[in-house]
Amino acid sequence: MFEEYSMAELTDILFMQGFAGLILFSVLVLMALGLAIIFGQMGVINMAHGEFMILGAYTTYLTSHIFETYLPALFDGYFFVAMALAFLVCFALGVLVEWGMIRFLFKRPLDTLLATWGLSLILQQSYRTVFGAREVGVTLPEWMMGSYAMTETIEVPINGIFVMVLTLFIASGVYFLMFRSLWGKQVRAVVQNRPMAGAVGIDTGKVDRYTFGIGCGIAGIAGSAFTMIGSTGPTSGQLYIVDTFLVVVFGGAQSLIGTIASAFTISQSQSTLEFFLSGSMAKVITLLIVVGILMLRPQGLFALKIRQ
Amino acid sequence: MCIFNYQSGSRDNSPVFKRRSFIKTLIAFPLGLILASSTLSWANPPTSEVNTTGLAVTDDTVTVGILHSVTGTMAISETGSVQAEKLAIDQINAMGGVLGRKIEYIQEDGASDWPTFAEKSKKLLVNDKVAAVFGCWTSASRKAVLPVFEQYNGMLYYPTFYEGLEQSPNVIYTGQEATQQIIAGIDWVVKEKGAKTFYLLGSDYIWPRTSNKIARKHIEKLGLKVVGEEYYPLGHTQFNSVINKIKLKKPDVIYAIVVGGSNVAFYKQLKAAGIDLTKEKPLLLTISVTEDEILGIGGENIEGAYAAMKYFQSLDNPNNQAFVQAFKDKWGKDIVIGDVTQAAYLGPWLWKAAVEKAGSFDIDKIRAASPGIELTTAPEGYVRIHENHHLWSKTRVGLAQRDGQYKVVYESEELIEPNPFPVGYQ
Repeated sequence: MFEEYSMAELTDILFMQGFAGLILFSVLVLMALGLAIIFGQMGVINMAHGEFMILGAYTTYLTSHIFETYLPALFDGYFFVAMALAFLVCFALGVLVEWGMIRFLFKRPLDTLLATWGLSLILQQSYRTVFGAREVGVTLPEWMMGSYAMTETIEVPINGIFVMVLTLFIASGVYFLMFRSLWGKQVRAVVQNRPMAGAVGIDTGKVDRYTFGIGCGIAGIAGSAFTMIGSTGPTSGQLYIVDTFLVVVFGGAQSLIGTIASAFTISQSQSTLEFFLSGSMAKVITLLIVVGILMLRPQGLFALKIRQ
Repeated sequence: MCIFNYQSGSRDNSPVFKRRSFIKTLIAFPLGLILASSTLSWANPPTSEVNTTGLAVTDDTVTVGILHSVTGTMAISETGSVQAEKLAIDQINAMGGVLGRKIEYIQEDGASDWPTFAEKSKKLLVNDKVAAVFGCWTSASRKAVLPVFEQYNGMLYYPTFYEGLEQSPNVIYTGQEATQQIIAGIDWVVKEKGAKTFYLLGSDYIWPRTSNKIARKHIEKLGLKVVGEEYYPLGHTQFNSVINKIKLKKPDVIYAIVVGGSNVAFYKQLKAAGIDLTKEKPLLLTISVTEDEILGIGGENIEGAYAAMKYFQSLDNPNNQAFVQAFKDKWGKDIVIGDVTQAAYLGPWLWKAAVEKAGSFDIDKIRAASPGIELTTAPEGYVRIHENHHLWSKTRVGLAQRDGQYKVVYESEELIEPNPFPVGYQ
């Protein structure tokens, strides 16, 4: 299929395709981190993850309007404010949900699935009531929408680079929080042995609440970032949820490294296959690979070793 | 009027039938006297004459149904249709109604779920006895309600442009079928823009696939070349790979039939990848993005793309100006009107015209009266119902502007004949 192209053209395309794979990788990691934290550390399957992302997107939408109306001079930088707000809003709602609902269901992990699914429906309909059924368009600062031309044919989308940097930033933040801070130590202690963690004086309820809040907050940041590449509507969260679960389950539920490895595997196979086959076939084959590997390794790519 | 409410299946149960109309006449008689003594005139034909099949028609009202999704995924698209149908009903009522009867509506929610559509349509036809139903949006929902409409002999006015390959005695299709929308658009881009190569792209389901099939046949018939054809799952949000492929193949035209949330992702990523649609090479022609979708995509991201359909909000004619004004007065000044919304607006008017021509609300008589009905007041201009229940309509090409509107750059000279079963295109 390539005989009519010159060598130079092919190298350029190879480069851009590699870059497309990296962007997809960053997007998947960003989507999955919040869910992985909640699922991995608390064992709660948050079906409303997509709706938390969209809450972040709507927060961005509102912030853009406020800046457009009251602070047009600072519009170029509003996105950073919007992401911070998205985190705060989703964190607050997450803490509220944990306090009002999740903590009563800890002994019944499967019921959290149903409860959070119900929550996702409630949130969807609330968005529809507040923002209308139609999608809203989030206006982005001009500098975020273009592409950077490296050579004649190689053009790198700026929002792609933005997502990559953001993912790196958030992922290292999460790493620091989980493995280098006192709070992270407490979280890991609770995961490994809840009664003992309680016995040595860790407030397990509080740890759970903030873990859930932070997971939701990261979902909010992801949602805010995705206004650059996707749609913002009451049900847009559903577009991301399947991929998110795929990444988390494939990576091994309790391992953040696994989440990253799995996002890398899925994104690279997806974008390579998309290039040689059509989009739908690429998806089918990616899913088949995932199913195949999960049959051989039901615990996912990486599993946390803990004494049972 | 639930006193006339009996079980389904009583259609061919003639004794019940006679008794019913007898009771109805008994009731209608004193009612008529009362009406006559009040200022209302005798001009309205008596109910027993205009309604011989037990529809929900009284001496001064007629009930119709509105069946769209106002919750779930499809609410994004269907909200505009509901608004248009309600506006049309209001306007008809303000003009004195249909055969002197005010239209009342019962609205049901299909909830973006096809079995729910079927269930609700049965409820409207069997329990509510509505005289017509305006509704459905996706082909899947229409296919789900079709057997119900055929079994209980209802009449559905369906607003969406769709893939064709269907013709039911119980449906009037007020949107365009695929050949009307596609062929004129491709002819235009070939003639005016000198396009030679095409890249076909779509979401992976029946409408984009059928439409691209027609597009491919037509392109090849013209002796031109399709350099790529691809489908992505509904809801797909990553288009970087296909954009790279497009860059490699350098087609003259990207022919895009991407729908729903994917649309937003596609156009944003196209722009971010440095494909500037305003430069006209490659040129983008779509049949799936109306003004409604641009709201979500953002005018700055789709500026310069072309769309081929029958209606744009910016159409410059007195009918449309009045329609847009009335729509904004009723639903808010920031609202936009897309192709399907306008087609939904035609539904109640076409039904009114058919009822008046037939002089009756009976479904069979409306069906017989429908072919040949013209509407000179349509916002899109003049339309006429074809024997195959689709509309003769013009096709236009619009150029997307930064403000989210289309500028009309081409209009077919003649009305285009609907051809739901195109020979040589399947």
